[in-house]
Amino acid sequence: MNEENKQMSDRKQVDDIVIKFVGDSGDGIQLAGNIFADTLAHMNLDLATFPDFPAEVRAPRNTTFGVSGFQIHFSNKKVLTPGDEYDVLVCFNPASLKVNLKNVKEGGIIILDSANFTPRSLQTAGYTSNPLEDNSLEKYNVIKVPVSEIILNINSDLDKRTAEKTKNMFFLGLLYNMFDFDLKHAINYINNKFKSKSQIIEANLNSLEAGYRYSENIENFPKFYLSKCELLPGKYRDIQGNIATAWGLMAAAEKAGLQLFVGSYPITPATDILSELAKHRDLGVKTFQAEDEIAGITSAIGASFAGALAVTTTSGPGLSLKVEALGLAVMTELPLVIVDVQRAGPSTGMPTKSEQTDLYLAMFGRNGEAPIPIISATSPIDCFYAAFEAAKIALEHMTPVILLSEGYIGLGSGIFRIPKMTELPKINPPFADPNNKYYPYQRDEEWYVRKWAIPGTPGLQHRIGGLEKSDIYGAVTTDPKNHEKMVINREEKVKRIARKWPLQRITGPENPDLLVVSWGGTKGQVEGAVQNLSTKGYSISHTHFRYINPLPLNTHDILKSGKKVIVCELNRGQFANILKMNYQDITFYQYNKVQGQPFTIKELENAFLNLLNS
Amino acid sequence: MAKSINNTIPKSDIPLTPKDFESDQIIRWCPGCGDHMIVNSLKKVFAEIGYRKENYVVISGIGCSSRLPYYVNTYGFHGIHGRANAIATGAKIANPKLSIWVATGDGDSLAIGGNHFIHVVRRNLDMNIILFNNQIYGLTKGQYSPTSPLGTKTTTSPYGTIEHPFNTGELVLGAQGTFFARSLDILVDLTTDILFEAAKHDGTSIVEVFQNCVIFNDGAYSEITNKEKRDDNVLIVKHGEPMIFGKNNNKGLILNKFNLEVVTIGENGVTEDDILVHDAKNPSPFIHLMLAKMHHPWVFGVIRAVPQPTYDDLMEEQISMVKAKSNIKCMDDLLNSGDTWEVK
Repeated sequence: MNEENKQMSDRKQVDDIVIKFVGDSGDGIQLAGNIFADTLAHMNLDLATFPDFPAEVRAPRNTTFGVSGFQIHFSNKKVLTPGDEYDVLVCFNPASLKVNLKNVKEGGIIILDSANFTPRSLQTAGYTSNPLEDNSLEKYNVIKVPVSEIILNINSDLDKRTAEKTKNMFFLGLLYNMFDFDLKHAINYINNKFKSKSQIIEANLNSLEAGYRYSENIENFPKFYLSKCELLPGKYRDIQGNIATAWGLMAAAEKAGLQLFVGSYPITPATDILSELAKHRDLGVKTFQAEDEIAGITSAIGASFAGALAVTTTSGPGLSLKVEALGLAVMTELPLVIVDVQRAGPSTGMPTKSEQTDLYLAMFGRNGEAPIPIISATSPIDCFYAAFEAAKIALEHMTPVILLSEGYIGLGSGIFRIPKMTELPKINPPFADPNNKYYPYQRDEEWYVRKWAIPGTPGLQHRIGGLEKSDIYGAVTTDPKNHEKMVINREEKVKRIARKWPLQRITGPENPDLLVVSWGGTKGQVEGAVQNLSTKGYSISHTHFRYINPLPLNTHDILKSGKKVIVCELNRGQFANILKMNYQDITFYQYNKVQGQPFTIKELENAFLNLLNS
Repeated sequence: MAKSINNTIPKSDIPLTPKDFESDQIIRWCPGCGDHMIVNSLKKVFAEIGYRKENYVVISGIGCSSRLPYYVNTYGFHGIHGRANAIATGAKIANPKLSIWVATGDGDSLAIGGNHFIHVVRRNLDMNIILFNNQIYGLTKGQYSPTSPLGTKTTTSPYGTIEHPFNTGELVLGAQGTFFARSLDILVDLTTDILFEAAKHDGTSIVEVFQNCVIFNDGAYSEITNKEKRDDNVLIVKHGEPMIFGKNNNKGLILNKFNLEVVTIGENGVTEDDILVHDAKNPSPFIHLMLAKMHHPWVFGVIRAVPQPTYDDLMEEQISMVKAKSNIKCMDDLLNSGDTWEVK
């Protein structure tokens, strides 16, 4: 038997696994998750991740509200979502078991730190009896490893605090053996991460390797094997949604040949976009951490007036503060990208949890008639392309554009097939010609777009601002007919952008019994649920909206094609109501969830089955 | 006056005159309003500084003062209430080749835009802010402002205000301002000189102009502008010159322990040599603060002008420094940087 066959023979082949690391927020859960995801990527497996952490930076230990999680779904087939239920739960303490047990598959594996199931930590977690002793876990394959004790023994030369911080590495070691991953990927990651801190590197590697070896001595330790994924040929990297957003904006600036200016105020879960952009002074990016959200957007408007690709990034409460300035951007018809990484609201809400509840705000939240195009990103990778496209539309159509992302996709990551810059479309802003007389509100007939005259260009001096201006000439006026004309011009300009959108597509049969509608970051779950039911023989199709305002030109035809239509979204029906407003001849059913959590494929399937069978 | 100034901003090849900056808009300020005098000073200064016409940008918020961009033929942006300084910040960072001028008022910059005001001062962007202080909300027809003296009766304070006013200079110095000057609308030449000094200053220049609102707050500065009292109530300071004022040019300031004191030359053995010489470049703000807060006399002129690195220069320096060290020269480099792998 050659080496490979031997390996396969004592390992069970699997195609699709969901793992979740759970523990205290100081346990290094996110780091363990990132190392594991990085290795998966190197193994040519497709993956999606979802970090799930508390709003508190360091919550009290062993409490259920302080539980931090990192979920990874990997497969040798295409991965649509970070997964509903876990095949493997890696559990650092009783509190995290308590919170996550309900989502472990029946028969699933639970690896836990048995040395941490002390009477005290059981009590702070709210357990009245020890789950390791009361048979409550008998439906699962529980692997008890006294990690906290072992760690102290093997790192006895270190102080207790430093040694304890390597628990995550020990767990990783166990998992690398479970899935037959080469430790070298993790070793490289650790070496890069801690660079010159040799003592920390040594302790981490020590625990990592100890975990790997230890698993060899566990009786009936489950071992798996995955064949490689058939990804399209090309160069790949893994990337987080927020980073992809930042890169998409930078790519657009390069493509347009413009200075990128970012005026933002830190806010969860959008801050990573600002900090990523702040790193890239090497590409000339100018980030400005403003004194507040209002200065974030108004500085961006000033930068846009001065000729930059201007961006402001935020999350719901921040968007609320920017509302007045959105109107100014509409009125001055300047290019501007507003990125809203939505989180659970209202008010401060649940900052680290995800929702799709800012759609009304993006769509209607302004005084006056003030239409703004809206694009929604559909996955962590799509954040790159959606940000690029938002910038392209803003620049070419002289309008603010709102890019709706979500905490769920902004913080999640996926495998990114690296594009070449030459493959991305050109961006051609409508610069005013200094050789012609300039009229600030003269529009081209096809797109209703005015020209952009950049300060510093001789002969194009002009004044714009928040006051209503006369058509073509741009003088301050309160003329009634002129105002109406300008309102309609601005409306028409945004409406015509629909001609640039690709037509809305439908996946599945053309006239299904049930047409499922979704938008934004729920694409993966909805696609998964529809696929599952269609393989079971149901007549079900899916149409996913990326362009929210204006809606694609064929939207009505698509929606009419289903015998029944259901709109699924993580709010109380905001998109459904926008569709109802526009297409009153169609009956829309709704599936809504506002729990700060993504859909599960299972709940969607149930909702669809109810309709299909009624 | 020395021709200027900022080497980043391109100079005009031909000499300019105030006429070059005349706009075709009808000025809509009330007749007799102090704002007319300010805009005239500004046009003179633009011509004198000599940057290319197209490199001037005038930005404003909301209020009477904020109509100013329409009345000068440059690039102009009329923003929303309170945000002029933030808009200007973005414009300057994005394009340092622009000479940025903000027209704002006591409501715009000290009330609704107070936060942006203190932060722009702190950051020391190279731009010039003209703050028209009329101690009233004019455009909304006469409500008290953050600079209205305690007890001011207005439509929203019919029994008199019960809040203490801001002193603009004190606020600027508290926010680590590097340039603060004060003028009076009727002192057109002084305003022109100060605006020129502001343009020369590397950093955020705050020029407060006491401006009379003839309709809603007429006479707010009569104590100062009153012809008979004016000379005894106004001290115009110049860097390097003794602080002497008065009808007979015989009053002056001395430092008595920790306070400024008005003395008369020739009385009690005081000679001109005893009078304090104004040092606008002194990094310590203490005497500047006392000057800004004085009421008898009121102090005008450039009170503080201390050069300090500007935000926009530091931004450009940081970009060149990081660029020089980084291997990432374009987006393709970035996309392919770090951990990547090939699928064949």
